Amino acid sequence: MATLDDDPVVLPDDPSFGPEVQLDYPGYRSTRWRVPKRPLVTLPEEFHRADGPVFGEDAIEEFDYDLTRQHAGEPLGERIIVSGRVLDDDGRPISSTLVEIWQANAAGRYKHEVDQHPAPLDPNFSGAGRCLTDTEGNYRFVTIKPGSYPWGNHPNAWRPMHIHFSVFGRELTRRLVTQMYFPGDPLFEFDPIFHAVRDPKARELLISRFDIEATQPEWALAYEFDIVLGRGGSGTTPMENQ
Amino acid sequence: MSLPRTPSQTVGPYYAIGLTRRPQNEIADRSDPAAVRLIGQLIDGQGVGISDGMVEIWDPVGRRWARSGTDADGRFSFLVTKPEAQPGHAPRFDVLVFSRGMLKHELTRIYFPDEVEANAADPVLAGLDEEARATLVGEQEDGAMRFDIRMQGDRPTVFFAH
Repeated sequence: MATLDDDPVVLPDDPSFGPEVQLDYPGYRSTRWRVPKRPLVTLPEEFHRADGPVFGEDAIEEFDYDLTRQHAGEPLGERIIVSGRVLDDDGRPISSTLVEIWQANAAGRYKHEVDQHPAPLDPNFSGAGRCLTDTEGNYRFVTIKPGSYPWGNHPNAWRPMHIHFSVFGRELTRRLVTQMYFPGDPLFEFDPIFHAVRDPKARELLISRFDIEATQPEWALAYEFDIVLGRGGSGTTPMENQ
Repeated sequence: MSLPRTPSQTVGPYYAIGLTRRPQNEIADRSDPAAVRLIGQLIDGQGVGISDGMVEIWDPVGRRWARSGTDADGRFSFLVTKPEAQPGHAPRFDVLVFSRGMLKHELTRIYFPDEVEANAADPVLAGLDEEARATLVGEQEDGAMRFDIRMQGDRPTVFFAH
């Protein structure tokens, strides 16, 4: 069976590329008119430093961390706990940084006017959360497991189940937006967004770990997703590497 | 031993339900006489406004931060005051650009058109040719400052490795 790994555009196996994505990965069609065609300009580090914003508790409302308690009733779907740590690539925890998530509901539908997938909206689910990391870099959300959904990128295109994450970190250059996936998803091998990360080991970093220890008996399964923010991780563009 | 970085993934088309559901595009007091509207359009390689994009501006000195989603025409809008300059540099905002189709955000800068002397002495602007430099300086427009971001095509905006 043909899979996305058969795509002819594969970067050389060069560890200096790091775990970053191939920005113009052709399997993801929307990249075509949006990715810069000219080489990125490299700045000396001292010209480049910018400390990140400082966040206080005023950034957070009471039930921002619990997506199952933001409405009058409970959302439908499988209740889950998603937690982990935000770390620098030297292993130091990043405290008091803003973590934002957004996701589809259990039926695979986003509460967004552009999403016309004929799956039901859930009046008790907005699909958005935020929290600050604690002094050890820990974050924790309660939500429901998102559904897969079709997205029209190619015939019979379906996204694996995922939760979007946005994380700040201490410096401008550590800002990260990513997606957390669930272990064992049968859609991984067909998903070009996942496969735009060309290194299979790096793709593993996007998959959460089922966490039996954090699972709460009679209440919710738990998944662990640690996030490592690094520097110098610019994605690859064809002009830089050809 | 450094840990492997978590790879970037696109914000996708529906980021607005999570990232811009609360307005966060003003980092100036509306009554402040120094407050200025910063507007612009995020434009793709076919000259079309990117309707599912998001722009963040970071003040590298004041550590202020704001974000604006784009509208159906790719337009974004902020209310700002000019950042202080780092010593030896012209005042600027760092700018992060996100959208569907961008697997990782891009980094650029906004410089101010009324800072002619400081811009001429800025070491980053000085390292660029004239056409590239011009893509990083805003324009005065009806009392606001306009800064368009062109991802590709004719006179594309300069983006920095990050």
